[in-house]
Amino acid sequence: MEWLESFWATYSTLVLSVGTNVLLALSIYLTLACGLLTVANAAFMGLGAYTAGLLTINTGTPFLLALLLGALVPALVALIIGRPTLRLSGVYLAMATLAFGEVVRIVILNAENLTGGALGLNGIPQLTGWFEVMSAVSFTLYILLRLARSRVGRAMAAIRQDEIATELMGLNVRSYKLFVFVFGAALAGLAGALNAHFTFFISPNEYGFERGVEILAMGVLGGSGSPWGAVIGGLLITLLPELLRGLGHYRPLINGVILIVIILYAPRGIWELTRYVRFPTRTPTAN
Amino acid sequence: MLTLSGISKHFGGLQVLEDVSLTVPEHGIFGLIGPNGAGKTTVFNLISGLLVPSAGTIDWAGRRLDGMAPFRITRSGIARTFQNIRVFREMTLIENVLVAMGDHSRDNVFRLILPLSRFRDVEQREEKTARELLSRVGLADKARLLAGTLSYGEQRRLELARALATEPKLLLLDEPAAGMNAVEKQHLMNEVTRLDESGLSILIIEHDMRFIMGLCEQVAVLNFGRLIARGTPDEIRANPEVVEAYLGRDDEPGSASGANLP
Repeated sequence: MEWLESFWATYSTLVLSVGTNVLLALSIYLTLACGLLTVANAAFMGLGAYTAGLLTINTGTPFLLALLLGALVPALVALIIGRPTLRLSGVYLAMATLAFGEVVRIVILNAENLTGGALGLNGIPQLTGWFEVMSAVSFTLYILLRLARSRVGRAMAAIRQDEIATELMGLNVRSYKLFVFVFGAALAGLAGALNAHFTFFISPNEYGFERGVEILAMGVLGGSGSPWGAVIGGLLITLLPELLRGLGHYRPLINGVILIVIILYAPRGIWELTRYVRFPTRTPTAN
Repeated sequence: MLTLSGISKHFGGLQVLEDVSLTVPEHGIFGLIGPNGAGKTTVFNLISGLLVPSAGTIDWAGRRLDGMAPFRITRSGIARTFQNIRVFREMTLIENVLVAMGDHSRDNVFRLILPLSRFRDVEQREEKTARELLSRVGLADKARLLAGTLSYGEQRRLELARALATEPKLLLLDEPAAGMNAVEKQHLMNEVTRLDESGLSILIIEHDMRFIMGLCEQVAVLNFGRLIARGTPDEIRANPEVVEAYLGRDDEPGSASGANLP
């Protein structure tokens, strides 16, 4: 067991990051699976991180309750902004959610009395362990896999393919969209809350545009055909920088190249690719 | 019974429909014909709620449809197919039908936390019904294929099955026979007749005159956004205004006869 201890000492942050990033990837999977291009997940992550962090620092709220509220607050915010913004589609929706993300970042930056502003929030108790992260990831994955196979999942796929036809089949498309948006926000918030409690320190810039793009990259890389795609995407985007450590300054370059290759040759993500390789009978030429 | 009263629709300065009044009876097959661009599909889009009329009202079984959300109109018992096919191409046939099926008002996430066995029961029951609908349109053997792999005519039949899955009382068919071969058309005619016998009310837009004249009890004719005629197929065939709309006016008096209409 000694190797395990030394492994954990070295890589605990990485392992926990994999967990929270998979949660983030699952949060964007929900909206991508509905065909919605939203980039607000970084902001929801920040809302969750600050909510939970402030609660545990200032009020000594039990960790579980703080996590719960870290998911609930972004969900409520998503519920409020979702109604007007989800009327938009395509790049317009992306722009609106991007703008919302900036608003959140700037509010956190300027609410110095509460959040510490640009100096960030220091001394968050390190309460997140592998157990919390693993339970959060596996419970979420279980629910999302059930969701994907249920009529809700079918409705999501239908909306992605043809919104008008779906609406005319009697499905309330707007409420489905709101549901995935709010659910995604809650997951991103939970990931943020978990993340804040092992990094000790958070600052507004962690939840800006770059993080938003990173989350989107996880979703696109893995593919939105199945929650497993998000898991793969989250894993790869977290682990690649570590595996490519030898490349030094060229690391971001490789990251970019991989994304371009995926978008060019497997636009539906890695998961779809593996499905076609492993189950050739399900390709269109079957029967 | 569906009633359109004084319906007008314009897009900016373009007048697409002008003062159209129409009653689709509770039973039977009703045809809507007219040259290209006459506004037929716009009528369907107004009924199904994709468009809101500029003037006039649409009443359906005592309810006002104009302004109602499209999904509510479907739930109130009006289903449609599309002129430009809109099946879910990346889904299997059975999934296509399942999307449209069941009581959507009970859709909620809490069902996911149901014990797995009950969850599967519900799914299996729904799948059985979906399979029956597919076999009705002759696609049961392809249930597990992706809809995008079907031929044009097969996709139209899948759309019909999907529309039926919403359990409609009124079915709107937008050029259901387009792209079908003679055999497929015959099958479709038989199926529409059977649907009619089961008590459904059916409103069809179609260019194939043999199809329309053979099936419909009543036909209405649109031309440039106006209703120019209404009656039985025989009356329509003999109506000089209809003949003119389709074939143009002949300069020599007396030579334009209804016999030219197929």
